[in-house]
Amino acid sequence: MAQDDNSGVDLVAADSSHAEQEFAGSTGTAVIPRDAFENPGFEPHRPRVTDENPKREKRAQRTVYTLFYLSILGSVWAIAAYMLFPMESNDVGAVRLNNMFVGIGVTLALLGIGFGAVHWGKSLMTSAESIDIRHPISSTPATQQGAVEVMRQADEESGFSRRTVIRNSLIGALLAFPLPAVVLFRGLAPQDQLPVELLSHTMWRRGTRLTLDPSGTPIKASDVTIGSAFHVVPEGLAELEHGKLEEKAKAAVLLMRLEPSQLNPAPGREDWAYDGIVAYSKICTHVGCPVALYEQHTHHLLCPCHQSQFDVSNNCEVIFGPAKRALPQLPIAVDDEGYLVAQSDFNEPVGPSFWERH
Amino acid sequence: MSTATTRSTAPEKRSFTAAASEYVNDRTGIAVAIKGLGRKAFPDHWSFLLGEVALFSFVVVLVSGTFLTFFFQASMAEVEYDGSYVPLKGVEMSVAMASTLDISFDIRGGLFVRQMHHWAALLFVAAIGLHMLRVFFTGAFRKPREINWVFGFLLFVLAMAEGFTGYSLPDDLLSGNGLRIIDGMVKGIPLIGTWTSFLLFGGEFPGTAIVGRLYTLHILLLPALVVALIAVHVGYVFIHKHTQFAGPGRQPTNSVGPPILPIYAAKAGGFMFIIWGVISLIAAMFTINPIWNYGPYDPSPVSAGTQPDWYIGFADGALRLIPPGWEFVWLDRTWSFNILVPLIAIGIFLVLVVGYPFIEAWVKGDKREHHIADRPRNAPIRTAIGAAGVTFYAGLWAAASSDLLATHFSLTMEGVINALQATVILGPIIAYFITKRVCIALQKKDREIVLHGYESGRIVKLPGGEFIEVHQPLDEYDRWRLVSFESYEPLMIRPDARGKITAGQRLRASVSRWFFEDRIAPVTRGELEAAHSSHHAEVDTTHG
Amino acid sequence: MSLDRSVTNSMPANRKKLMNRSKRRTGRRHPLATVALLALGLVFTGGAYAALSSGSVAQAEAEPTSQETIEEGKKLFQANCATCHGLDAQGNNGPSLIGVGAASVDFQVGTGRMPMQMQGPQAQVKPPQFTDEQVKQLAYYVASLGPGPDIPADHLVNGGGDAANGAELFRINCAMCHNVAGAGGALTEGKFAPALTGVSGVHIYEAMVTGPQNMPVFNDLNISPEDKRDIITYLKYVQDNRSPGGFELGSLGPVAEGLLIWIFGLGSIVAITVWITAKSN
Repeated sequence: MAQDDNSGVDLVAADSSHAEQEFAGSTGTAVIPRDAFENPGFEPHRPRVTDENPKREKRAQRTVYTLFYLSILGSVWAIAAYMLFPMESNDVGAVRLNNMFVGIGVTLALLGIGFGAVHWGKSLMTSAESIDIRHPISSTPATQQGAVEVMRQADEESGFSRRTVIRNSLIGALLAFPLPAVVLFRGLAPQDQLPVELLSHTMWRRGTRLTLDPSGTPIKASDVTIGSAFHVVPEGLAELEHGKLEEKAKAAVLLMRLEPSQLNPAPGREDWAYDGIVAYSKICTHVGCPVALYEQHTHHLLCPCHQSQFDVSNNCEVIFGPAKRALPQLPIAVDDEGYLVAQSDFNEPVGPSFWERH
Repeated sequence: MSTATTRSTAPEKRSFTAAASEYVNDRTGIAVAIKGLGRKAFPDHWSFLLGEVALFSFVVVLVSGTFLTFFFQASMAEVEYDGSYVPLKGVEMSVAMASTLDISFDIRGGLFVRQMHHWAALLFVAAIGLHMLRVFFTGAFRKPREINWVFGFLLFVLAMAEGFTGYSLPDDLLSGNGLRIIDGMVKGIPLIGTWTSFLLFGGEFPGTAIVGRLYTLHILLLPALVVALIAVHVGYVFIHKHTQFAGPGRQPTNSVGPPILPIYAAKAGGFMFIIWGVISLIAAMFTINPIWNYGPYDPSPVSAGTQPDWYIGFADGALRLIPPGWEFVWLDRTWSFNILVPLIAIGIFLVLVVGYPFIEAWVKGDKREHHIADRPRNAPIRTAIGAAGVTFYAGLWAAASSDLLATHFSLTMEGVINALQATVILGPIIAYFITKRVCIALQKKDREIVLHGYESGRIVKLPGGEFIEVHQPLDEYDRWRLVSFESYEPLMIRPDARGKITAGQRLRASVSRWFFEDRIAPVTRGELEAAHSSHHAEVDTTHG
Repeated sequence: MSLDRSVTNSMPANRKKLMNRSKRRTGRRHPLATVALLALGLVFTGGAYAALSSGSVAQAEAEPTSQETIEEGKKLFQANCATCHGLDAQGNNGPSLIGVGAASVDFQVGTGRMPMQMQGPQAQVKPPQFTDEQVKQLAYYVASLGPGPDIPADHLVNGGGDAANGAELFRINCAMCHNVAGAGGALTEGKFAPALTGVSGVHIYEAMVTGPQNMPVFNDLNISPEDKRDIITYLKYVQDNRSPGGFELGSLGPVAEGLLIWIFGLGSIVAITVWITAKSN
């Protein structure tokens, strides 16, 4: 131990540039007892069975080359399996066999080399340990001095600290030059879009029919029986040329029918439902997963991503989980032919909160 | 044995090797490296191989990933799937998804490589995590290795980023909902959130740009950074030489172990193939990320059990644990603390992880280089802090599978979440105290063993009729393993040069007291002699 | 279900047109469909055997609504169900069963959920308490009390539909609770959506039309009978075709994968590191 400490101090002595040294001492708050034990030095070398018993050595040798041969076998098998187990079109089972047998061949090839090499190293290679001497990581004071001298000379020759105007203008230029590159990244988002505007509106308009996802079949109010849950998209979504998924990501709606007596509409929302049929945005107000788990007896909606729960009978207010806001409700009505239609767009932005939302 | 045969059978081969070596050396001067590094010692301990697990699994990721780039197409253009998987035939999906399905079902061995890539990625991050724990608990981050700890930490973060970008590329339902969550989180960031989301997705979510952008990050920028950082990280291991555990002959000034050539090369080289073999075995036997089940991304459906890969789990769990109502409208703007609090908590956690070496060095004031790894018990507070951190992380991690915990252990989802909320807050404190006590108890046990020897289990009747158990004394080598550590004492506050005690000093003193007030010092020679003389009879018996 | 019949008739045609436009039909029947058919046949044979051994006539199959069957069902009902559902199924502690239809009874009793063993978040699956014959008797007795969904015809539940269409409908309507591979998932307050592996086509169909427990109802106007058949076809496909990648790990997704790599992957690797660095003797 004493030996350790001395060497520790030696290392610190080489590292004399620390101002704090006078204060904390080189060893900090470490306690170095005067009569600590001394390092007893290396243990005597213990020979292995393979060093002493030629039979065992032979056996180890056999094991090693057997493993290497097994590896070759594995490689051959993997190539053979590639051909023996073709991938038949439309047959998942063939893929499974191909994957498994090619994989097993490759595994054998790799493990054979691996275990063989390690076994060789462990049992047959001379087991003497090597000893490296560590040197302090920091360079010697002379080298440090040399480096300081080089820098001083460079400074003097260039006048870097003397010619302050040149220096400061260079620093300014270096700070400014990456800025255009940063500005270029503005192009990542379209130039002509206003995010807040886009996030505040969906495809729903007055009179847009509610249709089934994915078929686009319009839904009659009479189709929606008590306890049903319909996954709904606005009419015409499938016909969109562009932005189908973007619109769907905002406009997806879950349609449910409860007994009208089980609904407690908030003031102003009394006529947003139709005979117990309510439509709520399916996009979670937390971070936007589809809230689609509807429990028909408890009237709870659950988001499978972060477990926010919403109470359908109570305007989809949050009852559990990290979401804060109720799911936006889509006001619905019935048109002349009895189909469910939207009264208007949502009255608030759907989906996750964003900074400009208020 | 084998070297002998090579020598005897190949004189002409030798001359060829000699000529070839000379040719290369004349042009590269490689001999310096071989002479300098060939017999370098690499200390031997199982836990020193964990970093290599990460390195070797990264090689698999790199090679298998290169194969996949030949077939994967990072486009979000819509196509109608016409491949071999029947339940998706005719379904509209992005080219990215369709090409991933083709890799899985229509390219022989494609699924195997894809599964290897994904499994190796999971192993890569897991091995980094375990390697970091090893470095932390053995104090291998102390001077001069603090900077390498930072590089390692950056690699951990980059590995997670690599993982997440890769997970999102197939554009399937699972990863699409993952991106949806990222979008929601980004939007919740004050001031810049909305615009950042638009920049990321090239307009509204999901857009048609994100897969291509993530692909560029995934196969170009991030791998370049990872490779560069690995080079630096491993380079520093050579410069610093590996740490070693205390043992007979092991000095702070040496490094003892099998030489790189040949034993270490055989073991580590063999180990590399074993890691590859294990990954290949798992890829051959176990399905990973069955995108054919998830189907193409569509903003309307979602699957029960939607989770990220394990290394993102802690962030997802943090989101799940926020109680209802943590969002406010203030100054006409939305403040989403249900998103900000997890982000900030994770941020603080990560800063503490990366900054810990500097904190510990500041508390100790120890400016020496440390090349002898601590046994975790000999640094009780560090170990306890580590255990607290692990508990915190594990709580968040478990929260990401709250729904599966509920179904598989017949619990209520609400109960699981409430229990995990408590775990994340109280768990670290409990873990801290338990670990500290256990460490100190183990240290006391070590002292007992050094002072009185092992309990041999042999009962001896003394002439006086008294029964005693014979204690087997330690030989000097085993004793050295138990006594060669340093303990630290709390810092005494002293006025500085101007006779003042600064606030920094005060803080440092109180942190130092917290760290070191319950210290157990190693046994000294004097103590051992005193113990021997007081148990003279016993010692005599055992010597006899 | 007692809704406008004319709508019922017009809708599937409409749907069919849409379906044809999207060209999802493969016209292919999986070879294992035969196996499934065989299995179904065996189930029915078993039912007939049970019926014969219990001494009643196996004609119930042929003429399900015979007065005799209903009478038998009534007796069974009053002995086993009336405590909760009332002597005339008008409801007591349990809900009224008037108008729930034969499908509901066949599902609840046929999967062993009813009679319930104890109160809990939801009725659990148990080995059925009645023979198939008795289940049918109960079902037709309850069906006789008021119109409701009937036990589906064989061609709708034998897995002979379009798996691709079924898969898409399954993802949109079912996967959020039952998981994309039908592995099940958690609901609120200890309830859960059960795994669908091993559940017969008939029971899946009946669950969709009746909405047992907290499951929503998917009537024929929401998901047409043909679409329901396609969903069952998809589930059969997933069940009959093991994952091409190897063991599925319960189809639970990244959590199971993470556990595997930590426990099996890193676990075995750590064991190997210990072997590599151990001194050989």
